[in-house]
Amino acid sequence: MHSLAEKIQQEFPNGFVKAVEWRGDIAVIVKREFLHDIAKYVHDDPDMDCDYMVHVSSVDWPDDEERFEVVYEVYSIRKRHRIRLKTRVPESDCIVDSLTDLWKGADFMEREVYDMMGIRFRHHPDLRRILMPDDYTEGYPLRKDFPVQGKGWRDTFEFLSEAQ
Amino acid sequence: MGLIQIGRHEKDGQSDVIVTTLERAVNWARKGSLWPMTFGLACCAIEMIAAVSSRYDMDRYGAGVFRASPRQSDLMIVAGTVCRRMAPVIRKIYDQMPEPKYVIAMGSCATSGNIYDSYSVVQGVDRFVPVDIYVPGCPPTPEALFDGILKLQERIMQKRVFTKQPDQVKLKA
Amino acid sequence: MKDTTIKQVLDDQRTTIYKVDPEHPESESLPTLRTEELLLNMGPQHPSTHGVLKVVLELEGERLVKSTPVMGFLHRGVEKLAEDGTYHQFIPHTDRLDYVCAMYNNFAYCRAVEKLMNITVPDRAEYLRTIVAEVQRIIGHQFWLGTQALDIGAMTVFFYTFRDREILLDWFDELCGARLTTSWYRIGGVERDLTQALIQKLRQFLAYFPPKIDEYVVFLEKNRIWVARTKGVAVISAEDALSFGLSGPTLRGSGVDYDLRKYEPYSAYPKCEFSVPVGKNGDTYDRYWIRVQEMYESVKIIQQCLDQMQEGPVMADVPSVTLPPKERVFTNLESMIQQFKLFSQGFDAPPGEIYCGTEAHKGELGFYIVSTGGGKPYRLKIRAPSFIHMGAFDYMSRGYMIADAVTIFGTYDIVMGECDR
Repeated sequence: MHSLAEKIQQEFPNGFVKAVEWRGDIAVIVKREFLHDIAKYVHDDPDMDCDYMVHVSSVDWPDDEERFEVVYEVYSIRKRHRIRLKTRVPESDCIVDSLTDLWKGADFMEREVYDMMGIRFRHHPDLRRILMPDDYTEGYPLRKDFPVQGKGWRDTFEFLSEAQ
Repeated sequence: MGLIQIGRHEKDGQSDVIVTTLERAVNWARKGSLWPMTFGLACCAIEMIAAVSSRYDMDRYGAGVFRASPRQSDLMIVAGTVCRRMAPVIRKIYDQMPEPKYVIAMGSCATSGNIYDSYSVVQGVDRFVPVDIYVPGCPPTPEALFDGILKLQERIMQKRVFTKQPDQVKLKA
Repeated sequence: MKDTTIKQVLDDQRTTIYKVDPEHPESESLPTLRTEELLLNMGPQHPSTHGVLKVVLELEGERLVKSTPVMGFLHRGVEKLAEDGTYHQFIPHTDRLDYVCAMYNNFAYCRAVEKLMNITVPDRAEYLRTIVAEVQRIIGHQFWLGTQALDIGAMTVFFYTFRDREILLDWFDELCGARLTTSWYRIGGVERDLTQALIQKLRQFLAYFPPKIDEYVVFLEKNRIWVARTKGVAVISAEDALSFGLSGPTLRGSGVDYDLRKYEPYSAYPKCEFSVPVGKNGDTYDRYWIRVQEMYESVKIIQQCLDQMQEGPVMADVPSVTLPPKERVFTNLESMIQQFKLFSQGFDAPPGEIYCGTEAHKGELGFYIVSTGGGKPYRLKIRAPSFIHMGAFDYMSRGYMIADAVTIFGTYDIVMGECDR
C-alpha cells in the first residue's frame, strides 16, 4: 500500500475502509463520520501537508445501498503528492461534514455537489443552489434517475407571448 | 385615386409614389444604422467580437455601435446557447427594446439548441422571441454573420412604414 | 406624534451610527452618520465580454462590502450529456468549455482518457500537441489582454491584439477547418499532420510576434492610469489563494510557482526549456505581467518544439481505441466499420477512476472520469478553473470600488462556458 494510505490507516484505524491505487492515483475510502478528522489530519500534518483543494465531486451508484459517493481530491504543493478521499452516504441520510473550514475553496465546490446530486453539507456557510435556479423543484440533475432531456421544462414557456 | 393619398388605393392595394419614396428613405436610414445590443452569451460572442474588430469591420455596415442598453438598440444578436436561467432575462430585454426591433439568432445553439439536448437548454431562441434571421454555424465565421446582417438589411428595405404590413391587412372581399 | 412615528420607521430601515465625542458628553444620543446599504445588480447582460454572469453587489458608498456571484446562466448540462455518449463523442463538448482557447480543453480531455486507457502517444504527436497548445495559449492571452484593457478603458490595445489574433486564427483555419471551436485533438494523437506550408507560416509568425508583444506592453506598462488601476487592486495572499484552490496565473501572481507543466511534466514540455514567471505582490498588475511573460515563453517553447520535432506517426497504433485515418475511412471498408463502431458503441474502457490535470491558460483544468467498463463514461467531472476562481471573488473584492469589480473579473480571466459547463 502506498505510504500516504498507510499513514492514514495507522492514524485512523476505525475510519479507514480501503485504499485503491490505480494508474498512479491513490484513493482512500473512509467512513463518513471520520471524514472531517481525516481531512484535518491530511491538511495539518507536516508530512501530508495538503493545502490545495483540487476538486469535490460526487458519483451516484443507484444499485448500492449507500447510494452516493463524495470525492475530495487534495494536493500538496510542497510535497507534490495527491490523495483522493472518498466516502459513501445513503440516500435516506445524505449529509456529510463540510470541509470549508479547512479549505476555503470547498465552498463553491460543495454547493455544486448539493445542486447536482442533492447531498447536504453540515456547517456549510451558504448551502444553496448554484447552477440551477434557486427555486428549482424538479430534482437533482446528475442523479441517474433524472432524464437527460429534463422533465419537460423545455416545452413549457410561461412567457410565450402572442408575437408572430 | 389621386397622386397624393396616404394609405392604400382601393383598387389594387398599392401605395402611391410619395409614400413609397418616403418609405424607402426611412428604411434606408433604418438599415444603415442598425445598432446591435451586446448580447453575447457563449462562444459565438467571440466571433461577434471578432466581427467588430479591425479585420472584419462591422462598422462599415453601420452596425458597429454596440449599445449596452436595450433602450438604445434595435438589433439583438442572440449569440450563444440559451439556457434555463437566461431565458427569462432574454425575454425581458427583448420587451424593453423599442420598436422597430429585429432579432438575429446567431449560431446553431440559438437556432435550435445544437448538440445540447439536455435539461437546461432551450432548443432555439425562437421558442419565445420572434427571430428574423437565422445564421447557422458553430460558430459562424464573421463573414457568415455579415451575410446575415446583409439579408436583414434587404428584409428591412421591404418593410412598410406608413401603412400596415401585407400580412396584417385584411383586403376587402 | 406623526413625526416620531415616521422617524421610527425610517430609523428601522437605516443603520445609524452613533459617535460619542469625549469632550461633549451630551452627544451620546445624537446620531452623527446615517448609512444605507445599496444592493446593486450587475446583471447577466452587461457590456463586459466575460459572458453571462450576475453579481449582486452590496455597496457602502462606492466600496464593495459583499459581492455574491450568481452563476448558471450558461449551464448546459455537459456533465450529464457526457454520460450519454461515448468518449470520442465528448471531444466537441470540451471545445465549448473554455471557448477562448478551445484546443487546450481537448488536450486536457484526451490526456485524461489516455491515462484511463493507458495509451502512449507517439513523439511527433506529442510535439504537435505542444506546439498547438502553446499557440492556443498565445491566442488566449491575447484575447485576455485585449478585453482586460478594453474594460479598464485602453481601447487601442484591443484592436492591436485582435489584429494579431486573426493571423493565428487563419492558421487554425488552414490546420483543421475551424477558427474557434476546433476539435483537432483525438484520443491517442492528433487528427492530421502539419503541412510544410503551415510550419513555414508558423515560423514567420514566431519571428513577427515578439516585437508585437513589446508594442502592447508599451501602451500599458508605464501608463499611469493602468498602473493606478491595477497596482494594489485585488490582492490575495499565497495561503488564501491555495486554500481557495486558485491556479494558473491567478495563483502565480501571489508568489506560488505551481505550474503543472513543471510539477507533473507531460507531453513534450520536459524536452523544452522555459521558465515560469512568478509574481510577488498578488495584485492585478503582477498577474498582467505574468501573462505577458507567458506569451514570450510560449514563443520559446514553440520554437524549440519545431526544431526538435522528428518525422513519425501522429496517432497511436491501438486500433481498438484510436480512430483510423480519414482517407482510409472513405476508401476502405474495414476502416469505415471501425470508425462507425468506435463512435456508436465506443471502446471498452477498463473499470476504475482517474483524475488528470493540465495547465490550461486559465489554471488547472482537470477531468475526473469514473468508468465501469463499456464505451460511455459513468461519471465525468470537469474541474474548471473559472468556477473555482469565482469562489474567491467575494473574498478578493471586499473593500474595493465598483469600478474595480470589472478589473477583478478580468484579472481572474473568467469564461462562463467553463464556469457553468
